Amino acid sequence: MLGWEFPPVSRGGLGRACHGLVHGLAKKGAEITFVVPVFPGTKKGKGVKVVSACGVGKIKLKEIISGLSPYETDEDYKSMLNYKGGNIKSLYGRSLWGEVERFTKNVALIAEGEDFDLIHAHDWMAFEAGIKAKEISGKPLIVQVHSTEIDRTGANGVNQRVYDTERRGIHMADRVITVSEMEKDRIVHHYGAPKEKIDVVYNAINAEEHKNFSRGLHIDKHKKIVLFLGRVTIQKGPDYFIDAAKKVLDYNKDTVFVVAGSGDMTSRLIEQASHLGISDRVFFTGYISDEEIQKLMKSASVLVMPSISEPFGIVALEAMLNRVPLIVSKQSGVVEVINHCMKVDFWDVDEMANKILATLHYDPLGDSLSENGYMDVYNMNWDYPAESCKGIYETMLGL
Amino acid sequence: MVSICMYFQLHQPHRLRKYSIFEIGKSRNYFNDPKNEKIVKKVAGKCYIPANQTILDLIHSTDGKFKASFSMSGTILEQLEAHVPEVIESFKNLIKTGCVEILDETYHHSLSSVFNQDEFKEQVGMHRKKIKNMFGFIPQVFRNTELIYSNEIAKLAEDMGYQAVLAEGADKILDWRSSNFVYTPVGTKIKLLLKNHKLSDDIAFRFGDMGWEEYPLTAEKFAQWISAVNGNGEIINLFMDYETFGEHQWEEKGIFNFLKALPSEILKHPDNNFVTPMDAIKKFEPVAELDVPYHTSWADIERDLSAWLGNNMQTQAAEKLYELTPLVTRSNNPELIRDWRNLQTSDHFYYMCTKWFNDGDVHKYFNPFDSPYEAFISFMNILNDVRLRLREANIMATEKKWLNDVPQENMFWIKDGTGIRNMAELSASFRTMANETYKHHATAERNDFANWVKLVVGDEVLATNLQNCKRKIMAAKLVEERIKYLRQ
Repeated sequence: MLGWEFPPVSRGGLGRACHGLVHGLAKKGAEITFVVPVFPGTKKGKGVKVVSACGVGKIKLKEIISGLSPYETDEDYKSMLNYKGGNIKSLYGRSLWGEVERFTKNVALIAEGEDFDLIHAHDWMAFEAGIKAKEISGKPLIVQVHSTEIDRTGANGVNQRVYDTERRGIHMADRVITVSEMEKDRIVHHYGAPKEKIDVVYNAINAEEHKNFSRGLHIDKHKKIVLFLGRVTIQKGPDYFIDAAKKVLDYNKDTVFVVAGSGDMTSRLIEQASHLGISDRVFFTGYISDEEIQKLMKSASVLVMPSISEPFGIVALEAMLNRVPLIVSKQSGVVEVINHCMKVDFWDVDEMANKILATLHYDPLGDSLSENGYMDVYNMNWDYPAESCKGIYETMLGL
Repeated sequence: MVSICMYFQLHQPHRLRKYSIFEIGKSRNYFNDPKNEKIVKKVAGKCYIPANQTILDLIHSTDGKFKASFSMSGTILEQLEAHVPEVIESFKNLIKTGCVEILDETYHHSLSSVFNQDEFKEQVGMHRKKIKNMFGFIPQVFRNTELIYSNEIAKLAEDMGYQAVLAEGADKILDWRSSNFVYTPVGTKIKLLLKNHKLSDDIAFRFGDMGWEEYPLTAEKFAQWISAVNGNGEIINLFMDYETFGEHQWEEKGIFNFLKALPSEILKHPDNNFVTPMDAIKKFEPVAELDVPYHTSWADIERDLSAWLGNNMQTQAAEKLYELTPLVTRSNNPELIRDWRNLQTSDHFYYMCTKWFNDGDVHKYFNPFDSPYEAFISFMNILNDVRLRLREANIMATEKKWLNDVPQENMFWIKDGTGIRNMAELSASFRTMANETYKHHATAERNDFANWVKLVVGDEVLATNLQNCKRKIMAAKLVEERIKYLRQ
């Protein structure tokens, strides 16, 4: 299995999805070698030990020292290199593409040395490596699409080379897995993939990993907190969140808005908030740790996920598991599997504000969403997706 | 001898539209009139018109041996008058035959029997008047919204002069008894007719179910089940929504053919006949008293109130609505009163039900909202607009004497020892009392300040506003504002 990130070194849903799926599969007896580029200097994945200790299946984690990390653009990568003052030794030039190429070559070496039955590559950075491994081994290739360039850019300023890589991976693969029906349609329409080749395997969440919460934090106990949690990029719709904040604050001053996460839109959002005159009510946390995320969730009265194009959206499941009332855009794949939340169009800022205010004003609404939402996702563990995935493997291997 | 008593229910609510919090104070347009019109026309075309024709034909072809009874909410009658008046005409023709009886219910198909007896009586009176004016018919038998029933409701019906009440023959109230006899509600002299839920639901719910072992249900088979009751029952009450014919069960599945064939199949057995509720109570004496101390209904598996009042959203929405009763009555504003009553229709609460949300089912039937949460949000926003209108309407209805001292024995004694004689002292004490003291008197369940203002001072407007006040500073401001008003 080829991926970009694996917890605890992870910046988004992809790492958590891979982690959940790999563990689920291992429990069902699959043997998995997970190849992942690990950013030098970060903690090594101690998840490896935890994994092998469970002893049911067998997971090997192969790390290739590299600057590669997910959700990066070539520009991000170059600026990161400059920032680090050239500490990272890159064998193949100072660009993201160089890293992808290096990852691919290393995977090729592993493919020659390892014994395996099939290749499962997650998202575009691993697609070339997957194709290479298929060429070398002659084994079937599955590519799993967690998000596309179209989603990440809002189809605005698509990087042609990334799109081409995704397209090539999808077409070279023997089967394609997407994380929602919505994403399946996108792959069919934007990437010309045949429908019959695509399976949907929804993401999930492990309730037991979310049990030890520390108590919430209080910015001001008289003010209720409305939370945005995710990368601050165009895909996640944080600008709609700020617009909704303005409408809510015009109506109810006793509210604060927290934008938790980092990304290339942060400075624009700070300007937007100040332009709207609500800077004193909107807080930007920057990148925050898992523990801080949990504290924020504990304190929030409602979490808003206004993604303009979200293949799945694991954050939604996390919010519900943490009993946070959820407002999620209808453009998020996760709405296919959850009921007890409030659904809005990402562009419908009035409706978003209406629902935020309703949650803040009418206590039984928040209480019902929190209780029923929790029941909705409590049993949504990785067993089921792992079972589907295993079924796909078995079909491909003619078992 | 077995008598078959058929009663059909007609009801459509004035469904709410999606109403945003930002519209409060700006829009008084609460109802989704275009959608309601579309639905009533559709249901009339698929059900009311062809079913009425079928029943009229059956009465003629059986020489008046086939009989039926109907109950129609005021809200459906209004909509039929406005959009499909020919349905009203066809009911007039049915009533003329003498084989059709009309029952009374609450005009607004409301839950008022559970929340406010005065309001309940008012709405039943409105319905009685409507039926009399429209059809020249004075109903003698009462059926409550969704067959909601209890000893208390039976007593109310008796007080209002009805001779019988209909109820669900729920297993939990019958125990070993059978619904196929006439009973009398405990503590009354009137009669009680109980729905035979097995046979009623065979038609209403199971008729088109291809997974049911008795599918397809023929009139012949059903008539045999009816006749089999001979010897251990006197009356079979088949109660169902009229929409069963053509709307819940489709014409293509043969529901109209079933209805057309049923009377002659049933009458083949010489001991069988059809009766209306009035015929039934003249004919049969009660076999026993039936004690139903809690509420039952014909809804869902539980046959209780949980379809409308089963979660916090539903109970709060209903409580907040009925809490306004004294203010509405006082407002003297017919438009406002009508809107408030139309908000009482049980369907609005049904749409907020989360019980079956995962499975999706009958709660979705003509439901204007995507989720119970949406239903609740629009309802509460609208309710807040009503509250605002009430506040405006009641500004005039003030009395200076509310500012006076109350008699010594009616003083309010705060936990910290302070005694309060009037509104001015109350607002001053809010400014000085500890938060804990305020919280002691104003909890989620009760608000002593509001109760005192309501019952002793007499200012229900202020009391209602105080009721929802979580912070003492807000309470102080409310009282100060009120004092200013009253002094003007």
